[in-house]
Amino acid sequence: MHNIELSTKDLNVFYGEKHAVKDISLDFAAKQVTALIGPSGCGKSTFLRSLNRMNDLIDGAKITGEIWLGDENINDPKTDVVLVRQKIGMVWQRPNPFHKSIYENIAFGPRYHGIRDKRKLDQIVEESLTKAAIWNETKDRLNKSALSLSGGQQQRLCIARSIAVSPNIILMDEPASALDPISSAKIEELIADLKQEYCIIIVTHNMQQAARVSDKTAFFLMGDLVEYDDTSKIFTNPSEKRTSDYISGRFG
Amino acid sequence: MAQSGGKKRVQPHIIEEWTGKIYTSLCITFLIVTIFSMVYFVAAKGLSSFFVNGVSFKEIFGSTVWKPDGEPPLFGALPFIIGSFSTSILAALIAAPLGICAALFMVEIMPKYGKKYLQPVIELLAGIPSVVYGFVGLSVVVPFYRDLFPGQGLGIVAGATVLSIMILPTITSIATDALSALPSGLKEGSYALGATRWQTLYRTVIPTTMPALMTGVVLGMARAFGEALAVQMVIGNAPHIPTSLFESTSTLTSVITLSMGNTVMGSVQNNVLWTLAFILMAMTFIFVFTVRWLERRAKR
Amino acid sequence: MSAKTADKIATAVIITLAGFIVLIMAGLLGFILYRGVGHISFDFLTSAPQTIKAGGGIGPQLFNSLYLLILTMIITIPLGLGAGIYMSQYAKPGKITDFIRLIVEVLSSFPSIVVGLFGLLVIVNMFGFGFSLFSGALALTVFNLPLMVRITEQAMASVPQAQKEASLALGLSKWKTIKSIMLPIAFPVILTGTILSAGRVFGEAAALLFTAGMSSPRLDFGNWNPLSPTSPLNPFRPAETLAVHIWKINSEGLAPDAPEIAAGASAVLILTVLIFNLLARYIGRLMHKKFTATK
Repeated sequence: MHNIELSTKDLNVFYGEKHAVKDISLDFAAKQVTALIGPSGCGKSTFLRSLNRMNDLIDGAKITGEIWLGDENINDPKTDVVLVRQKIGMVWQRPNPFHKSIYENIAFGPRYHGIRDKRKLDQIVEESLTKAAIWNETKDRLNKSALSLSGGQQQRLCIARSIAVSPNIILMDEPASALDPISSAKIEELIADLKQEYCIIIVTHNMQQAARVSDKTAFFLMGDLVEYDDTSKIFTNPSEKRTSDYISGRFG
Repeated sequence: MAQSGGKKRVQPHIIEEWTGKIYTSLCITFLIVTIFSMVYFVAAKGLSSFFVNGVSFKEIFGSTVWKPDGEPPLFGALPFIIGSFSTSILAALIAAPLGICAALFMVEIMPKYGKKYLQPVIELLAGIPSVVYGFVGLSVVVPFYRDLFPGQGLGIVAGATVLSIMILPTITSIATDALSALPSGLKEGSYALGATRWQTLYRTVIPTTMPALMTGVVLGMARAFGEALAVQMVIGNAPHIPTSLFESTSTLTSVITLSMGNTVMGSVQNNVLWTLAFILMAMTFIFVFTVRWLERRAKR
Repeated sequence: MSAKTADKIATAVIITLAGFIVLIMAGLLGFILYRGVGHISFDFLTSAPQTIKAGGGIGPQLFNSLYLLILTMIITIPLGLGAGIYMSQYAKPGKITDFIRLIVEVLSSFPSIVVGLFGLLVIVNMFGFGFSLFSGALALTVFNLPLMVRITEQAMASVPQAQKEASLALGLSKWKTIKSIMLPIAFPVILTGTILSAGRVFGEAAALLFTAGMSSPRLDFGNWNPLSPTSPLNPFRPAETLAVHIWKINSEGLAPDAPEIAAGASAVLILTVLIFNLLARYIGRLMHKKFTATK
């Protein structure tokens, strides 16, 4: 049994009148990949964005329930979100590197968190880029703009950027869906590597991807959590009929 | 999870957050305080002619005789009010068709030439300072009217001509935005029925965008109403209601511009000038609320 | 009349009017430059004006205009940026924000003469700054601020949400995100808008008549001590700007060559505004290129 890194209890998200996520209680273990699957609009991305309080940015969003990071309920309004987000990294569907150099993209976070020593920063940049499997492609052009990279490279840079502030958890919102198949495969390999160190929660539309990369899978439908189990069980022998219908492609 | 080593790091970002919040709030507060004090001071000064000096409401708004040095002094402001309204309305009447046609040209007729030539021209017109307009009005427009019509050339028409060029950019840019925001399906539907371009424009496009076009015209009028120096230079500055559009007269802004510096703060005449400024301010509010009302209609 | 003929006539009318506007502009520029440029010389730009003799220049006025512009911008930019950032990032949608928006709109519609009068009453008399560059700069700040706020607000709102989220997700504070991630992206738009607004400030006269004043003391251009009363840099001395000067010589100029001086000064004013315009365009295009080329 792995340690529980993050868990939610009766988490609800409302967008104005819309009840987007309903009473979700889930545990996410360290050094595991959990996939959130389900048809568009089922609330899986909304749920994911609640985990690092990203939904705070959306006017009219209301989140009730508890999110436990260690022994702290981070959904408490008194929580310092800046500290929370430092521990929970995030990667988006479309790569969104800063309009800065490759080096700055990585060094920006750690420097803000208090690391001023140039040698230490250089080391973090190299480590992060290496972990994100993009060091070889970028080591000779660290001062070039990050926007000069290809889409797949930019996405790996974004992963490196989030690793650089040494989070425990990484949230990924369909990280490969905007990429070509080769880049997409590289991201999947990368996720398998990163699992050695991080708790990864990934939203995906792609069933095969979920089956390949994840240890646990949660199936969302209309804001409800239908089923949560080992990935192998969900994909071979789900206990809910709705899950097997979705996985076998009958809807969604 | 409260980190002992982290405590030192916790503080800076919270201080930083507060710095940002306080700094931006102070800036916006400055803006709000400024406008409230502006309204308060101009209103207080402007109303004091009624309440402190006992000049009657009826005299200022109903009398046409302006003789501040007379015995007794008379403060009929009607000529200025009429002067301001007639110049700005006439200016809007001249500029509206020009501006809307310019917008039609840029959006509907020749977008390529419009963007390349007309757009920069309009932007430049917007950038020319008002004293320069006044100078050109004085050295070109006034002599032109003097040669063509009886009188000095100074007056309402001269003022309106100068103002119409000044407000043209406002009307044009708002009309351009409104026309380009029109869904293309609307026009295509009309063309599909075999309508010509002009039929489409005046049966479909112009009626649909009317409230937005009017927004531009009202904003232009507001600008014309408040413009001081360019008008003052070509209006003639005689304090009476003219018998012809080519005869010297005054506006609210022109009389303020000319007399404010020559009167003593606190004197009756000075306070009446503040009353005129208060009328200008009140009109600004009326214009802004008219624009808001039109914008709401345009959104529907 | 057939629909086709009406269409042709209407098109012709619209094209003619559009051409007419271009002609007006060309005539306007042509007139000012034709009348004025011949009068511009080094001497004209640097020497002091004459009251009753011919041959006066616009040196102090030109200096005053530029100095006042700088003073105004030093006050306006931080205030406008802050208020604009507040409106786009901190204001919560609702009644209060709508009200603030209305206020900004009203302020931007106030006639500049009213702004000048307010300056006369509050800045010049009540605060006791007198007719001075500083009073003028504050009046121009009031005049220019709504525009700066709108420029900043729009520029900040156009920054992709993904950039903001990426920074916040790294555990950066909101203010750091605004300063280091969003402002640099919004910068080109803000810069272009600011330069255009500078052109507007440079040509403004009505707000200055009763704040910066209509006269200039004798300036000693060898004295750069900002506290000395004859120093050009002293912000608490009265200062007639170029735009005010044009107005003044047109309405009460006594020098025999007043029309020529007015034309020359107008040409200088127009050329400066033109430079501001072209500069804004050039920088806008340069920045646009820089950002799209690397993509």
